[in-house]
Amino acid sequence: MTDTFSVEVRITPRTGILDPEGETIARALDNLGYEGVGSVRAGRLVRLEIDAASADDARRSVRRMCEELIANPVIEDFEVRIEGDAPTGGGGT
Amino acid sequence: MKFGIVRFPGSNCDADVVRAVTEGLGEEATYLWHKSHDLGDVDVVVLPGGFSYGDYLRAGAIARFSPIMREVVAFARAGGLTLGICNGFQVLCEARLLPGALVRNRSLRFRCVEVGVRVENAATPFSRAYREGERLSIPIAHGEGQFVADSGTLDRLEAERRVVFRYVDGSGEPTDAANPNGSARNIAGIINEAGNVLGLMPHPERVSLGYLGNTDGLGVFASLARSVGGGDRPHRRGAETVGVGS
Repeated sequence: MTDTFSVEVRITPRTGILDPEGETIARALDNLGYEGVGSVRAGRLVRLEIDAASADDARRSVRRMCEELIANPVIEDFEVRIEGDAPTGGGGT
Repeated sequence: MKFGIVRFPGSNCDADVVRAVTEGLGEEATYLWHKSHDLGDVDVVVLPGGFSYGDYLRAGAIARFSPIMREVVAFARAGGLTLGICNGFQVLCEARLLPGALVRNRSLRFRCVEVGVRVENAATPFSRAYREGERLSIPIAHGEGQFVADSGTLDRLEAERRVVFRYVDGSGEPTDAANPNGSARNIAGIINEAGNVLGLMPHPERVSLGYLGNTDGLGVFASLARSVGGGDRPHRRGAETVGVGS
């Protein structure tokens, strides 16, 4: 018996890795007069629909996909969210 | 000897490499299709520049899983000489054959410009036709060429002399202004621990023939030919121009 789960993967540059895109957004916001913007990190969002026996199975499966393909653990952190579930992080560390 | 040049969908420097090695060195070259499961009898594998699989997801990320890459990884792990240029360097990092990764240029701009590159280690199969410390002029053409790795990895690369090429200014110094993409420590090219896999962002094939106005890049291919040939045998043509830095 399997259910279909909607899964969201959020990929962001690893802490300590330069994020020129985020820095550029931060600079542009500053130029536009927005005050109080601290750090900006820009990432990517991947949504998947996956058939799995349970939410845990879906999460495990997607985490494997992230480690192998969807994210590059050398430069990126990722976070897997199952719709209706609490998010779980991952850094591939 | 024979060079095998991989063709992914989106490769666009493959023909340039073929001409560099056939016209520049008089060596043989053959294309290796991405769906192939066979490297044939090639002595050296080259992953050329381009935008394999449209650079979807991350540059090099999808190419890494193409059928030919299974063979390339096995070839490289068995000691086969493997060269990755630009997108090929990105593929080698994604395939974990080389450490670190290549991310968007610090400027966020695609840079297409001739840059100064210093030969940091002339004792590799990819650089032996050069003199150590020689300054070359080689073009880059990339949007994602900023080499990053954790500081431990960078220290190790330096200590083991695995930084083979570094971006330098006109007087041969690795200044920040000479760094075209923000690469850590001005790194332009690195080699793996075993010394048989090298990746670099600059395009030596684009400056390998006299009629291109500059032959600074031919030394990379001449080095490989010499390494496979097992000695300093003379090349049929073109070799006399190798090693002349600008």
